[in-house]
Amino acid sequence: MGGFVRWRAVILGVAWACAGIGGAIASEPIRIGSFLSVTGPASFLGEPEKKTLELYVERANREGGVLGRRIELIIYDDGGAGEKAATFAKRLADSDKVDVLIGGTTTGTTMAAVPMAERAKVPLISLAAGIPIIDPVKPWVFKVPHTDRMAAEKVILDMKKRGITRIALISEDAGFGKSGHDQSVAVARENGIEIVADEVYSAKDPDVTAQLTKIKNTQGVQAVFNFGSGQGPAIVTRNFRQLGMSVPLYQSHGVASKEYIRLAGDAAEGVRLPAAGLVVAAQLPATDPQKPVVTAFKAEYERAFKSDVSTFAGHPYDALQIVLAAINRAGGTDKAKLREEIEKTSGYIGTAGTVTMSPTDHMGLSPSAFHMVEIRKGDWVLLD
Amino acid sequence: MTLFRPRTGGILVLAAIIALVPLGLGNGYFYDVAVNAMFSAIVCIGLNLLIGYGGQISLGHAGFFALGAYGSAILTGRYEVPPLAALVLSAGAVALIAFVLGRPILRLKGHYLAMATLGIGIIIHIVLKTESGLTGGPDGLALGDFTLFGLSVSGERDWYWMAGGVLLLAVWLSLNLIDSPLGRALRAVHGSEAGAEAAGVDSSGTKVRVFVISAVFASVAGSLFAHKNGFITPDIGSFFHSAELVTMVVLGGMASTFGALVGAVILTLLPQVLASFEQYEAMILGAIMMGTMIFMPKGLLPSLAGLIRRWRGER
Repeated sequence: MGGFVRWRAVILGVAWACAGIGGAIASEPIRIGSFLSVTGPASFLGEPEKKTLELYVERANREGGVLGRRIELIIYDDGGAGEKAATFAKRLADSDKVDVLIGGTTTGTTMAAVPMAERAKVPLISLAAGIPIIDPVKPWVFKVPHTDRMAAEKVILDMKKRGITRIALISEDAGFGKSGHDQSVAVARENGIEIVADEVYSAKDPDVTAQLTKIKNTQGVQAVFNFGSGQGPAIVTRNFRQLGMSVPLYQSHGVASKEYIRLAGDAAEGVRLPAAGLVVAAQLPATDPQKPVVTAFKAEYERAFKSDVSTFAGHPYDALQIVLAAINRAGGTDKAKLREEIEKTSGYIGTAGTVTMSPTDHMGLSPSAFHMVEIRKGDWVLLD
Repeated sequence: MTLFRPRTGGILVLAAIIALVPLGLGNGYFYDVAVNAMFSAIVCIGLNLLIGYGGQISLGHAGFFALGAYGSAILTGRYEVPPLAALVLSAGAVALIAFVLGRPILRLKGHYLAMATLGIGIIIHIVLKTESGLTGGPDGLALGDFTLFGLSVSGERDWYWMAGGVLLLAVWLSLNLIDSPLGRALRAVHGSEAGAEAAGVDSSGTKVRVFVISAVFASVAGSLFAHKNGFITPDIGSFFHSAELVTMVVLGGMASTFGALVGAVILTLLPQVLASFEQYEAMILGAIMMGTMIFMPKGLLPSLAGLIRRWRGER
């Protein structure tokens, strides 16, 4: 009965009161509500998201809150189920009376809450990648992560630059991989790159040698592009080397974590992939405006939780910073004003890239948010 | 105890409860939970006919629920069929599927029947997840408001009355069905299949008919649920949802229409109430379930009714 596991985390500004400025706590707290997939199949995303939110809300409270108001964070676990996300989003908006919603973890849980957010007129900032969240633009809905299309564009353009014109796709058959596959096909077509082989596998497949053999036997494949997340891409990488395939292997941003290198081992050598600045924080040149932000976040996260930071952990950080800055500018938590200020976010430098939103763009990331990296000697090497 | 007298008495009490509950509902969220509880209750009342009265298990009813939901979403979204017609068409399609599948499957007994229905549920879930051209895949599918004779049902309060009405209808149908010739045949089959056949009851036909009826209950609730939420994901057809539905029926009390209703309401409310207990929630929920199973093996309502009857008899 994993679906029943649900809890509520309320972080009180205890440290703040201890600091002796308790007298300033006159006004109502700012309420931030969040529904995340902390358990269930998307827990590898939801768990770090929750930890980041708690860490940074506590920190903001220690530093005196926003506009002299304490921040109260309420998190519910939707277990990755859309209908539960919808109920919890409603609970946050109606019962807990939050000023802003951060979540869902996945495109499905976000979209399930979108009709409610639009009706109740509560700003919602999603931590999911799917394009449907912001296209068409919905007045009350924003998102912070890159879209799958941006990753596909980055990879396809890198191939084009290297004179590769005939490629093979191998992707996970559902969710992230499926969406990435569809975007890759569209982007490849626009850029005159021919997909000569198109194979799929399931997330739980222990071996994909059959699919890769088919690709190997296809004439004229100049590169292989794998779109997936979790352990699938590591298996693809290992099988790829076992078959002695020598064409370049590209991965998506779904594997941009040290976990992938650990799983794939030596086979990961030479793999190219698009990654957000956060992953390659140490390698970024000193002139990169993202460098101080991602270095500080990485250090803080890894000190607090003693585990490697992943791109996903950065999303709630960005969402929270955008919200807090908007509350500051709006001078309060009037929802309509807050929504307007979120939309006016301009030049915010976060873990995902530089964010400049507009009434027609509720994500605000440019393709330059991704860096092309290659894995050498078990670490990332920045290519551009 | 009018509540335990079949037909009219119970329905009147239920209608009164449905009419009075909104007085205690503070905001949209409470309405939403109440509506979810009623939709679950509709499915459970149908499922109870199969499990409680027919003695047949189904671990795949979330699949029929999801088929109803997706049927409505696809028909209204893609083919612009009016919502009510989409609901009826989906229910018809589900009835057909249940009929075709029910024939061979209901010949199985015990664990084998459980496995077969489990398989149906999982297959439906996989199809919904992978046929993304039609269903939107794991990312889900959006759909518009439910309209009834030109009136649009939107907002939690509208849905509350809508769900309340359909729930009353479901209870009324169920109570009548149990006392109809089909219901009596069904109970005879539950008692002894050989005995029922000796008395001239077409046992396999009876089981299939009830299987179809319960699938239609699930499908209708699914269609309404989809319109209420405005967005559906394949998770509504997952095995966990199927297991949750069976648990509701067993907890509330098998072979009791109101028991199924009570089970559905309790198991919808409990996780919401217990959400404040953070990580202890699963433990408390588990303890309540175990306690009920150990001390009230017949389920909540029949056990309580029996208790009251005994207490009265002793005096």
